Amino acid sequence: MIINKLADIRTSEITPEHIYLARRDFMRGTIASGLLGAATLSSSNVFADSSYSAAENANKGPEWLNQKIAQAKADQQKLTESLTPYDSVTGHNNFYEFGYDKTDPAKKSQNFKPHPWQVEITGAVGKPGKYNLEDLLKGIDLEERVYRLRCVEAWSMVIPWVGFSLASLLKRFEPDSKAQYVSFVTLKDAKQFPEQKSVLSTIDWPYREGLRIDEAMHPLTILAVGLYGKTLPNQNGAPLRLVVPWKYGFKSIKSIVKIELSEHQPQTTWNQIAPAEYGFYANVNPTVDHPRWTQARERRLPSGLFSPNIIPTQMFNGYAEQVASLYKDQDLKKYY
Amino acid sequence: MPTRWRRIVIFILSLLPLVVLVVKAATNHLGADPQKAVVLFIGTWTFYFLLITLSVTPLKKLAKQGWLMAHRRMLGLFTLFYAVLHMISYFVFILGLDFSSFGAELVKRPYILLTIPAIILLIILGITSTKGMMRKLGKNWVKLHKGIYIVAVLAWVHVLLQVRSSYADAVLFGVLTLALLGIRIFWWQQKKSAQV
Repeated sequence: MIINKLADIRTSEITPEHIYLARRDFMRGTIASGLLGAATLSSSNVFADSSYSAAENANKGPEWLNQKIAQAKADQQKLTESLTPYDSVTGHNNFYEFGYDKTDPAKKSQNFKPHPWQVEITGAVGKPGKYNLEDLLKGIDLEERVYRLRCVEAWSMVIPWVGFSLASLLKRFEPDSKAQYVSFVTLKDAKQFPEQKSVLSTIDWPYREGLRIDEAMHPLTILAVGLYGKTLPNQNGAPLRLVVPWKYGFKSIKSIVKIELSEHQPQTTWNQIAPAEYGFYANVNPTVDHPRWTQARERRLPSGLFSPNIIPTQMFNGYAEQVASLYKDQDLKKYY
Repeated sequence: MPTRWRRIVIFILSLLPLVVLVVKAATNHLGADPQKAVVLFIGTWTFYFLLITLSVTPLKKLAKQGWLMAHRRMLGLFTLFYAVLHMISYFVFILGLDFSSFGAELVKRPYILLTIPAIILLIILGITSTKGMMRKLGKNWVKLHKGIYIVAVLAWVHVLLQVRSSYADAVLFGVLTLALLGIRIFWWQQKKSAQV
């Protein structure tokens, strides 16, 4: 059961309005016409490029979710940077549960069953429980968010997600004063995730990620259920994944089955494997190198072999105006 | 098949990985991140050629395939060829020919730094691989060319230091390298005890 009443949130947990509004100032959007202002995804798709039709052709999502996504508000502050084509977004990514090559997720996720799906919400909340995805999304309005995604491996994309703010979901479960951190867990099911059987994997399954409560409540932080105007393909973390655009991609955990609010910083997968290489915060930061490669530059994909698209990496992946204040008293070289 | 013909066949086969790579590049089959794909593909084949070269002597002794010895030099030179291509592709595709940052990269990344002695050794072995050099160096030639074992260990550490989500590559190359070097250590021990 979902309680729609907003929970009491401590004032310290509420993102100040100037940060929230900064998103609008920041996004150097070009489209702000009244026409598009009221547009939903289904109607703005009239202007869609081939990626939107590719997403349409590949779409396997259930009807209730398709309908909900069709009504999503279009992103009015679309980035001016061009979108990464559908084929690259869905054909080149890391989802180690399916294999460790970049093409494995697309190849080996065909039998994955993202519907029906349940998510457990537990820990320091007033309304813990296990909910069907359909019930979780009841009363939530979806919207398109065009975000940069910067992988810790120094490649990047621009992806039009469809989702909703994590804060809007969390507040419904009435986090209490002990809720200082939010942790997320991916499904563990070796039948569906072949790599979870591998003895050679460095990962201690299931995959785990976490955020500080102010990061989780930040308006840029979303849970995505779709991309390119259709339901999330299996390889991109169907049916429900996190997207935190100012952090390295590995923070944006896929196929979430559990969300827990807790008092203490949770254990996270990559931090556990190599703490010197992957911090808990993992904010995109061109001045803090990965020990094995520089983070000052990135390859914006798709990149041509002889026309490499190498661009400088921006602080907080270009979202500094909105998020830098979250870390103003924090040494980012120490808490990377 | 006469040795000359075999030589041509092995030469063409050894160029095949490069042909495959060029075809993939020309037909846009290298994925969204072709730079990385090229460097990784050539690097992987460098290691394969290193292992193939190291297999010649054990195959001669264990499987009585002595004819292979006549082709060991070419296989070794292909190892050098792919190693140099791997390095060039790193400079072009990963570093973007920005040599000013190469120094900093070298100092900070042990897995890149250790490729320098490996490539220098391979080049020395390549230069001294001719019949003339073999004659000139005499007994020392064999000693010098044992340097390939050092290259193999460096290449394996190069892979090991880049492990991220899976140990698969490090284990595959590690087991093969260990087997090919281990058998030599075993023979060397046998020979030593036979001499006593």
